[in-house]
Amino acid sequence: MGPRLRAAGLALPLVAFVSVTFLGPMVNLLTKSFYDPEVADALPETMSALRDWDGQGTPSDEAFAATAREFVAAREERTLGRTANRVNRVVSGMRSTIMGDSREMAEAAAVAEDAGVEMGGAFWRETMIGIDARWGGPEPWRALRAAGQRLTARHYLKALDFERAPDGGYQRAPEAWRIYVPLFWRTFLVSLGVTLLCLVIGYPVAHMIANSPPKRANVLLLLVLLPFWTSLLVRTTSWIVLLQNQGIVNDFLVAIGLIGDDGRIAMIYNMTGTFVAMTHVLLPFLVLPLYSVMRAIPPAYMNAAVSLGATPFQALRRVYWPQTLPGVGAGCLLTFILAIGYYITPALVGGQSGQLISNMIAYHVQTSLNWGLAAALAALLLGGVTLLYVVYDRLVGIDRIGLG
Amino acid sequence: MKSSGAIVLSVIVVAGCRLAADPPPGSAPGSDAGERSITAVSYGGSYARACVKGYHESFTEETGVRVDLADFQGGLAQVRAQVEAGVVHWDVVDLSVAETVNGCDEGVLELIDPSILPAGPGGELPEDDFLPEMNTECGVGNLLFSSIFAYNREILTGPPPTRLADFFDLERFPGRRGMRRSPEANLEMALMADGVPKERVYDVLSTPEGLERVFRKLDTIKDRVVWWDTSAQAPQLLADGEVLMTTAANGRIFNAQVLEGQPFVIVWDGQVLNRGQLAIVAGTPRLEDALRFVEHAARSESMAGVGRYIAYSPARYSAEKLIDRHFETGTEMWPHMPTNPANMKNYLMTDWQWWADHGDEMLERFTAWLAR
Repeated sequence: MGPRLRAAGLALPLVAFVSVTFLGPMVNLLTKSFYDPEVADALPETMSALRDWDGQGTPSDEAFAATAREFVAAREERTLGRTANRVNRVVSGMRSTIMGDSREMAEAAAVAEDAGVEMGGAFWRETMIGIDARWGGPEPWRALRAAGQRLTARHYLKALDFERAPDGGYQRAPEAWRIYVPLFWRTFLVSLGVTLLCLVIGYPVAHMIANSPPKRANVLLLLVLLPFWTSLLVRTTSWIVLLQNQGIVNDFLVAIGLIGDDGRIAMIYNMTGTFVAMTHVLLPFLVLPLYSVMRAIPPAYMNAAVSLGATPFQALRRVYWPQTLPGVGAGCLLTFILAIGYYITPALVGGQSGQLISNMIAYHVQTSLNWGLAAALAALLLGGVTLLYVVYDRLVGIDRIGLG
Repeated sequence: MKSSGAIVLSVIVVAGCRLAADPPPGSAPGSDAGERSITAVSYGGSYARACVKGYHESFTEETGVRVDLADFQGGLAQVRAQVEAGVVHWDVVDLSVAETVNGCDEGVLELIDPSILPAGPGGELPEDDFLPEMNTECGVGNLLFSSIFAYNREILTGPPPTRLADFFDLERFPGRRGMRRSPEANLEMALMADGVPKERVYDVLSTPEGLERVFRKLDTIKDRVVWWDTSAQAPQLLADGEVLMTTAANGRIFNAQVLEGQPFVIVWDGQVLNRGQLAIVAGTPRLEDALRFVEHAARSESMAGVGRYIAYSPARYSAEKLIDRHFETGTEMWPHMPTNPANMKNYLMTDWQWWADHGDEMLERFTAWLAR
């Protein structure tokens, strides 16, 4: 066995670990964004009866009979609720249609059976339209057929605020339902803002630490790292204590008479809260790479620039700043990518206006259990970050990133 | 350089924090193999405490089966997830009737044979003794709770709000409002405050124009609302002066008033009553103990036990008679109960069938509205 192979062998536990705990679940989840067999599996006869329907008017009698049979059977087995939930995600309102109507369909089936009536396609067409006139139009059937597609783009359409038009094309969702694209924008802008804020605050700090005598630098570095080692939740909730209406900052402002008691500033449960808390939490991610790059810049360069006649500002701009660019790039990229995926902090201090796209992904994973949509949103986010990375690589060059 | 090591280390630490903040659901710490136990899930805080004192302890005493507590914030999401994954940690869950009916339709809850329901202390038959519509195929009624709104007398010092419409009146009562991040009760309250008679609330909600109207009403206060997720947050927001008024589950405000001495006042006008049930997660390996637990909880003494700790009305008439004073403070309980006639001058009973059919759509619509 060659030394290279042996070295690769040593990495095997890591590869296995990453595959099992990271790559596998990720591929699995991303698959859900375009593959959704649940309704197709639950209503196979309905789907095959709807396959030849042209999408206009009503489908064949066989489709009515198959749908009724499968609804009533699934209701009996208590699996229809689940299927109805899935269809409801394609067309809102279908859950109550299916659950409510199937209740009456089951009753009609029982009555017909007692009376010895044959339950064929014509019988069910009449019965279903009698129960709910909507079955006499194309909408619920289109919803059923769309939900029954195994391979589907609907999660991506929804994630981009588009929907299927009645003619089969695509159109933008009604205004009241357009939420994801604005959220993507908000997330992007907040992440950018937080990153810039971190840079403005972090740059002088990193500079100071890098140019302090070692003893003091260690203490300062510890001050940067100390909050870093504190739980994210503790730090975020501390901001609630500080910024809330009756919090320390507002109390102080009232005490010194800057604002009146009834003019307390809303600094939390809104975008301000998200900005402040995220900047605080992410600051070390910018300071540390910057610091390590700045440490490697000999002070002699700045001295040389000044002795050659540059003003301190010129020296900073033309000599020092360009040398710190790898650190700036690394820190900003790290901060930005972390910021774009943030959700605990906005969830706690963001109120409603401070929620980001990750909060929506978390909502669809944990609450609505619409994993297909969550996966589509996550895939778009991942795609966006990858795109940024590529752009960054083209513009700046990824090899110019330095972590010291 | 040392610092790159520090970065790697810090990233690991941060990642670790995230994992630590999210423990696997239902993992019971320190459960040993020999001891039997079940996991009962409810809303935590003062309500969970009332359940422990009210009937969990007596259940363990009687059967030797330990009851582990888990918290959630309502909804079927975790139940669905556990059943779908085939890993059931939870056994008995506190749900509203609409949720139980949905869970039953989806097969994620066990059917409960009504014959397990015990008779009352005076031999009252369960079918006569339970309040109307308390029991369903998968759910056994345990209490009635109410969504009300409340204010803090120390902060709202002017003329007090007395009607539901005052909650939406930013002109007379300028200030932030706390509301639960959920369509339930909020939609009904908004419509009633907008002048819809309570008998017509669900008819109006069933029409597209009615829905438009609800969200237009909610729009009028939207940018002044602080949304809360856990029931315990509501009294906290009120105590901190973060909001001028908040909607809340009435028991939480009661707890703050009586146990913490907070100067909170409940406005009962337009209260939205709802039925709470216990349900069993489908496929639990501890079904037998879970059924015994539900049977125990359905006894009048158990319901009265809860009612002596927190102001939620029991689901049985015979239990009402057993409730008098708070077990610890000696406070008279009935003035605080949502079903006290004095508090029911203008109330709405939640239509569980409507919510069972429309709950998912309303949640979707509400979430879209919130995100805009």
